[in-house]
Parts: sequence; structure tokens; C-alpha cells
Amino acid sequence: MLRDLANRSMIVTLCAAALCAAACKKADNAAGGGSAASGGSGGATAASAGGGDKVVIGVMTDMSGPYADLAGKGSEVAARMAVEDFGGKVAGLPIEVIAADHQNKPDIGSSLAREWYDTKGVDVIVDVPTSSVALAIAEITRTKNKVFLVSGAGTSDLTGKACSPNTIHWTYDTWALSNAAGREIIKNGGDTWFFLTVDYAFGAALERDASKVVEQMGGKVLGDVKHPLNAQDFSSFLLQAQASKAKIIGLANAGKDTINSIKQAAEFGIMSKGQKMAGLLTFITDVNALGLPAAQGLILSESFYWDRDDGTRAWSKKFAAKHDGEMPTMVQAGVYSAVTHYLKALAELKSAKDGKAVVDKMKALPVDDALFGKGTIDPNGRNRHSMYVYEVKKPEESKAKWDYYKLIREVPADQAFRAPADSECPMLTK
Amino acid sequence: MGSITLQALYPQLLIGLINGAAYALLSLGLSIIFGLLNVINFAHGALYMLGAFVTWGLLHYAGIPYWGALILAPLAVGAVGVVLERTLLHRLYRLDPLYNLLLTFGVALILQGLFQMKFGSSGEPYDIPAQLAASRDVGFMMLPVYRGWVLIVSLVVCLTTWYVTERTRLGSYLRAATENPGLVQAFGINVPRMITVTYGLGVAIAGLAGVLAAPTVNVSPEMGSELIIVVFAVVVIGGMGSIMGSIVTGFALGLVEGMTKVFYPPASNTVVFALMALVLLIRPAGLFGKAP
Repeated sequence: MLRDLANRSMIVTLCAAALCAAACKKADNAAGGGSAASGGSGGATAASAGGGDKVVIGVMTDMSGPYADLAGKGSEVAARMAVEDFGGKVAGLPIEVIAADHQNKPDIGSSLAREWYDTKGVDVIVDVPTSSVALAIAEITRTKNKVFLVSGAGTSDLTGKACSPNTIHWTYDTWALSNAAGREIIKNGGDTWFFLTVDYAFGAALERDASKVVEQMGGKVLGDVKHPLNAQDFSSFLLQAQASKAKIIGLANAGKDTINSIKQAAEFGIMSKGQKMAGLLTFITDVNALGLPAAQGLILSESFYWDRDDGTRAWSKKFAAKHDGEMPTMVQAGVYSAVTHYLKALAELKSAKDGKAVVDKMKALPVDDALFGKGTIDPNGRNRHSMYVYEVKKPEESKAKWDYYKLIREVPADQAFRAPADSECPMLTK
Repeated sequence: MGSITLQALYPQLLIGLINGAAYALLSLGLSIIFGLLNVINFAHGALYMLGAFVTWGLLHYAGIPYWGALILAPLAVGAVGVVLERTLLHRLYRLDPLYNLLLTFGVALILQGLFQMKFGSSGEPYDIPAQLAASRDVGFMMLPVYRGWVLIVSLVVCLTTWYVTERTRLGSYLRAATENPGLVQAFGINVPRMITVTYGLGVAIAGLAGVLAAPTVNVSPEMGSELIIVVFAVVVIGGMGSIMGSIVTGFALGLVEGMTKVFYPPASNTVVFALMALVLLIRPAGLFGKAP
């Protein structure tokens, strides 16, 4: 009797614990992509407490979650390298770099941003993978008149509906990714698509953008299947994709979901039977985690690849030496490039005080560095540079670790990103 | 998803059954542990992950292939379990079971954190062993041989465990100790040692599930925490501590989940919990648990 009672209370406890754990995960995951989240505005204080005696760069990123490999510690390394290469000082002021983990949660990111701006004297926040956190911080940065340089987050809303005079979106966005890969694939005959889409706002946005490209180019979307976030097993979904007979299976998911869908597609022989996979958001660290036997033949777009030319190679080798031999992702390279350009603007302005003025200066100066080449910054804050479509090499084509990509095509800067006029950025219509 | 033919349904059912095999293996270990120790082993998912990482490590550092890992990894995970039980768990038996739940939850977080620090979040690739890499035509689909292998191994392990606990002398000690440890001890059976071995065995099965999973999902620190919640639901549905219950429920839920993936995919990760709520309302002790 007693035992039964114990059993019962145990079941209740267990359920509570399981639900609790599930809820915690949900909170983590909801932050994973492009869902919009408002910044909230509790307790905004007026002026910055930081003195004007130094420039403080805050790298806010995912240090321990799903994006830790593609941004994380490597983004901090990249920011420090940028400062070092600039000489450690700008306009006579010393430069300090601090870093923190936002855990992919908009609430944690927001309170961290307020603390940084109000008490730590931070002048600029960089990186911020996870679109929902980035959207929240864009709003806070605007009210505090600081600078926000986005490298890790993908949602094109940052220069669209949620654009801000204090934000520059540096490295890539969902529009550019699906545009670059989508066009190339359809041109080469991949005119029927089936989407494997992660079931939340980010996946939906990615699928929407890519479907538009497919239809514009005269292709057809045959169907889609929405899978839950962090699914373990994709075989059911892959069988549905296979049955659709579409030439291209578009992966509108990210991180581990992408990795496992590709891995299991290889297991089920989907690629060897003639269907191709297109990774709409696949990073080189994902390819590294998959290994070439599983990832070969995948088509993806990136704005940076370490082995593109002498300039990227030289920088990437320096980076790898400081980051456990790991080559940089486009996000980490973007952090370096964005911080460098920021410091160039400060060198001319001689002050980091007025965030909007700094961003205006950054927009006025031409962007030119070894990593992304020549570029310009659109009035809505979109940094415009080339995008590249790559195919993942076969194992026998790869000569060394990290030798993963073959270039298929360069998308020139003027076509790579959405035209500002189409961006629905309210700043432009005023 | 207009028309779904039987031809399209069979593969999904088979896949569901194979996924169910993983649930069955994990919930089996949980059930054994709960039955004897009264411990809700939240570290189970982390130990499953450990099994997969040991498999990867054996190949990567020592060149020992899959077949060796199939034996060595469960042994290693079992050994970790024994140490865990001897040094930590057994200190808390006298207290409310909640304390061990918290303890094992903490152990799981620490393990996961350590692996994340060392290996990052995207994980490591592990290839399917060459002997099992092909696909075979089973009439209605091309089934990767490896998936069939997983199904067979899981079935064998589940049935063996059930046989040992229900039909052998050792098993009868085990069941007796579950009912009344004091009395069994009085008959001269070393109950504390039996508890240690049982815990080791339970987590070794989790380790084995990790080995089986390594070639099909990327070996990553979070692979366990993603699965464990579903597995707990399986245990609750099957009836806490019922071995046959967890085996049957594991496979059955794999099937249900598989069907959901065909008819309404977005619900595939919640259907298990909906079922759990339903079962708790109708049969609070679980489908196979003894009603109080």
C-alpha cells in the first residue's frame, strides 16, 4: 500500500520533471531561429555610464548551445584578432573586447545588452546568432543609440521590417542564401523541389523565401513536410521526400537537424538514386561534423570560404592557430570584417559616442577587406558583397581536413542581396 | 498529403518499429533501475550519449571498429554506472526518491557540459560499418541493412532481459528484492551488491543503445537529452517498473509516432505526451503497471 502510494507520487513527480525539462528545451529551441520577439523595455535608463576613455566591443554569442561551433568562442577570437590587427587602439583610445553567452534566449540577451550598455560602457555589440535574440537587441541598441553589428543571425527582417539606423547586418541573410543556391540549382535543371522544413518561424521564412525563388525561375514546389525541431529520426520525412520524386530536396532547417537529415539521406541512398539535397543554411562546421562521405554533393551558399583565395587563406590560417585548428565559418569571418570596418569609421570620427553617427560613417566608407572583398552598405543596413554557391567535394577530391568546397558560381554583390526598395524597411519610406 | 497508399504506409510502419527499438532499450533500462532501486535515473540519456561517444572514441583514438565497440562500450558505460552507484547514488537511498532524481539530473547536465566543452555542439561523424552499409529490397521498400540490424539486436536484448528477470533464479532474487529487500537480505543474498550490478546493467543497456545509434545520428553531446524525455513518457505509459510493459510500449510508441509522421508530421514529437496524459487519466499505474 505504502509502495503503491510511493509509486503514484513518483509518477506525478516524474511527469512534472519531464514536462519541466521539456518546457526548458522548448524555451531554448524557440529561440533557435527567426521568430520575432520584442525587446521589451523594462527599466531603460537614459545615458551610458561608460566613460569615453576607451572603446568597448561586446561579443554576444552562443557559447554552449547549437550555434557554439559556427559562432561562439570563434567569434570572440575573430573580434580580438580584428582589434589586434588594427593596433589595439583607435583615435588614441584603447580598445577592450568582452564576450558573453546569450544562451539563445531573447530575455537573457536583452538583459545582458542593457547591462552592457548601461554599466559596462559597451559601445558596440557584435555577432548574436539566433534571430529572435538579434531582433530584441536591435531594438535595445536603437533606444540606447549604440551600434549593433550582426554576423550570426540570419533573418532578413533585420534589414526589412525591423531595420534600424543603428544596425548593420554583415555576413548573410535568409534572402541571400535561398536566392544564391536556389537560382543556381534551378538553372542546372533542378526545377522540382520538395522542402524538409523545421516547424517554426525560421523554417517557414526560409521555405517561403526559397519557394519564391523556385517559382520565379519557373520551377515547381511539389510539396513539403514540416518536422519538429531537434528531431532524432528523419527517415520517415526522407521517405516522403523520396516519394515526391522531386529532383531537389531543400533543407529549410539548421544545425543538428540539417546534419542529421543529410546523414540519414545518405543512409537511405537518396543522393545515390539521383535526388539532390540543397542546404539552405549549412555552415562549414556542419559539413565538418558530417564528414564528406555523407555530405558530398550537397549544394549550399556561403559568403565566405577560408580556401577561396590567398587573402582568405592567410587570415584563416592565423585564425585556426588561435582556435584549436578549426577553420573559420562565414559568421566568424564576418565578425572580424565588421569590427575592422567599425574601427575604421571610429578612426575618422574620433568618437564612439553617437551610435547612429558611427553607423552613418560606416555606410559612407567603402568596405574593402581581404575576407569579403569590396562591398557597400545599403541605407537599410545591409552589407552588400558577393555570395558564393558551393558544392561539397567527394572524399577523394579533398586533399586535407577542411578542404570541403568546390566553387560553382559567384553571385555578384548587386544580385546577391535584396534590393533596399523591396525590403519593407520603414526607415527608407519616411 | 491526400492519398496515402498501403504501399507508402508499410515503410513508415517499419521505420516506426525501428525507432521504437531505441525507446524500448532505453525504457527497459530505466524500468529495471526503477524497479529495484526506486531511482528515477535522469542520467540515462547522458549515459546513452556516453555510449555513443565511447564508440566514436574507440574508433577514433584506438582504431577499434564497431564490432569491438558493441561489446566494449556497454561495458565501459556499465562500469561508469557502477562507480556512480557506489560513490553517489547509494548514499541517498534512505531519503526521498526526489533526491536521487535531482542527483542524476545533475550528473546528466555535468556529463553533457563536459562533452560539449570538449567536442563542441555539432558532434562527430561515425560511419555505418561496411558489412552493414548496403540496402536490401524487402518488397515494399529499400531498407538500409543497418536499420534491420538495430531492430534485431534490440529485440534480442529486450527478450533476453525479460527472460532473465522473469524466468531465472537470478531474476526471482531480483524481483523478490524489489518487493521486500529486507527479507531477501535475511535469506543471505547480498542485496547491496545486487543493486549495484542492476544499476550497472541498466545503464549498460543505455550504452548499447548509444552504440546502435552512433552510425545513424551524429554523435553529439545533446543526443541523449533530446531522447530521454520521450523515453520517460514511454516508461510512464508502460507502467513504472514493468519490464514487459516498457518493451511493448517502446515498440508500440515507435509505431504510433511513425504513423503521426505520415498523417500530421508536426505533431510527431507531441503525440507521445498526449498519449501519456490519456493513459494517466484512464490507468494511472500505466498500461502494464499493477493497479494500486
